[in-house]
Amino acid sequence: MIPLLNVQDVTKQFGGLVAVNHVSFEVSEGEILGLIGPNGAGKTTLFNMVSGRFAPTSGRIIFDGQDITGLAPHRVCQQGIARTFQIAKPFAKLSVTDNVQVGSFLRWPRVEKARAKASEIVTFVGLSQYADQPARTLTTAGRKRLELARALSTEPRLLLLDEVMAGLTPTESVGIVQLIRQIRDSGITILVIEHVMKAIMSLSDRVAVLHHGELIAIDTPAAIAGNERVIEAYLGEEFHLAAN
Amino acid sequence: MSRWRRLAPEMLTLAIVAVVLYFLPNFLDPFLISLALLTLFWAYLGNAWNIMGGYAGLFSFGHAMFYGIGAYTSTVLLVNFYISPWIGMLVGALLAALFGGCAGYLLSRFGVRGHFFALGTFALAEMLRLIATETEFINTSIGIHIPLIRGDSWPRMQFERATINYYYVILLLFVISVGITIFLARSKTGFYFQAIREDEDAAAALGVDVLRYKVYAVAISAALTAVGGSFFTQYFLFVDPTLAFGVSISVQILLRPIVGGVGTVWGPLVGALLLTPLAEITRALVRTPPAYLDFIRGRSGVDVMLFGAILVIVVLFIPDGLFGAGRQIWERVRKAL
Repeated sequence: MIPLLNVQDVTKQFGGLVAVNHVSFEVSEGEILGLIGPNGAGKTTLFNMVSGRFAPTSGRIIFDGQDITGLAPHRVCQQGIARTFQIAKPFAKLSVTDNVQVGSFLRWPRVEKARAKASEIVTFVGLSQYADQPARTLTTAGRKRLELARALSTEPRLLLLDEVMAGLTPTESVGIVQLIRQIRDSGITILVIEHVMKAIMSLSDRVAVLHHGELIAIDTPAAIAGNERVIEAYLGEEFHLAAN
Repeated sequence: MSRWRRLAPEMLTLAIVAVVLYFLPNFLDPFLISLALLTLFWAYLGNAWNIMGGYAGLFSFGHAMFYGIGAYTSTVLLVNFYISPWIGMLVGALLAALFGGCAGYLLSRFGVRGHFFALGTFALAEMLRLIATETEFINTSIGIHIPLIRGDSWPRMQFERATINYYYVILLLFVISVGITIFLARSKTGFYFQAIREDEDAAAALGVDVLRYKVYAVAISAALTAVGGSFFTQYFLFVDPTLAFGVSISVQILLRPIVGGVGTVWGPLVGALLLTPLAEITRALVRTPPAYLDFIRGRSGVDVMLFGAILVIVVLFIPDGLFGAGRQIWERVRKAL
């Protein structure tokens, strides 16, 4: 089977700093791949390269058989990759539905259809009661849901989630985890960066671990939890994993 | 069909406003008619600015560049080539859209944003002013008079006796431009403009070609602004580099929408309704002040100072402008009931 996303030997240098160092991995259609690593490991940099925010210094990114290396963000989105931002970026003055409608215009240029699709997605992520409120009035949890809704509105095949659970209470996280599962079940492949360990271990089919810009392991959650190098590099002690 | 139903409430408001404004001169004396004309003229220009500065968030401090292109294009075509200002207006709009599109592309392409974008537009307007001052073909800093004709002529957009016709022309332009704004605000393009204003990165992540839509916003705004320049030159029958490309034009254009409400359909009109009469009253006050204000007699510039003060107050206390603030209060009242 051809992988949906194929990251081939990708490196990103900022001046003398190597943020991502010869990383290669594949994401298969329909899976949830978790991406973990300590702060500064290069997770978000990797995301930014896949989503087109900046081009890799070397290496190639293949999506659905097409080379998307160095495409601009809006072109990457048109190809079928949507992303959320670590720090939510709502269009503050626009209503929640209007926020989502900006995205649904991509596949539905006609206003009525775009509106209908946006309302559908707002309901799906559980924001229907805030549909007509300005996005700035949403709570952190609401903003994370809005990020998801907007990304979904572009009807992606691959969804890149950047810490959608950061800053949420455990109860709120559970809701988001359920939502992510529903999204996967609707046929969308998901690549997710997450710090909340329990969530990512239960959510992901496979987990990739970045450390100092290098991919040190990629395996099932159970295998990652037992991987000596990972424990050493990222978790520090086995205890942490158990405690979480 | 449903598209029209969606636009209906605002289009209906526009229709009512248009009818009221059409019959308004019947109740006004000539001075008040010219005041109403100026109010509509500034509301029209404010509306043009608002598409770029309000909806797309590209703060222009140099809209005089588009205004001046319009003013000079129609005037040169009329005076040198005997081409009707109605056609000159469209040619000017096209030239301004081209110039604006290029300027918008270059500024945005190289990542000029926020304050620096505003400075960039300011610099471009000043550049055009200096070029106009040095260009023999358009009579340098002396300016161009549009030759007077006897009587009224619609093809030449010149009205000696029925000056009220100027009022109808600007009313027509105003209604068309507000109609364009209403339509735009509810369209994909309008949504993209607002998304770009709120957050460029988030917009790009949703498939919005930010650069392309910025260029669209500048081009549309530029074209409409140029038409305003052509109109006023036909009314004033004279244009020179300062009248066309001067800083005061740029400032006056952006003042109304900011006071009235940036990024709203009716903000520019509300701002113009407040500021234009205020400017005229202040000017009259400076000419013939009451006894206790005698010290301001003949000190022109008081109106400009007043404008400055109003701008500071609005930006500090009602950043959404009068229309925006009014709408918020109305929402709160409606919820409370």
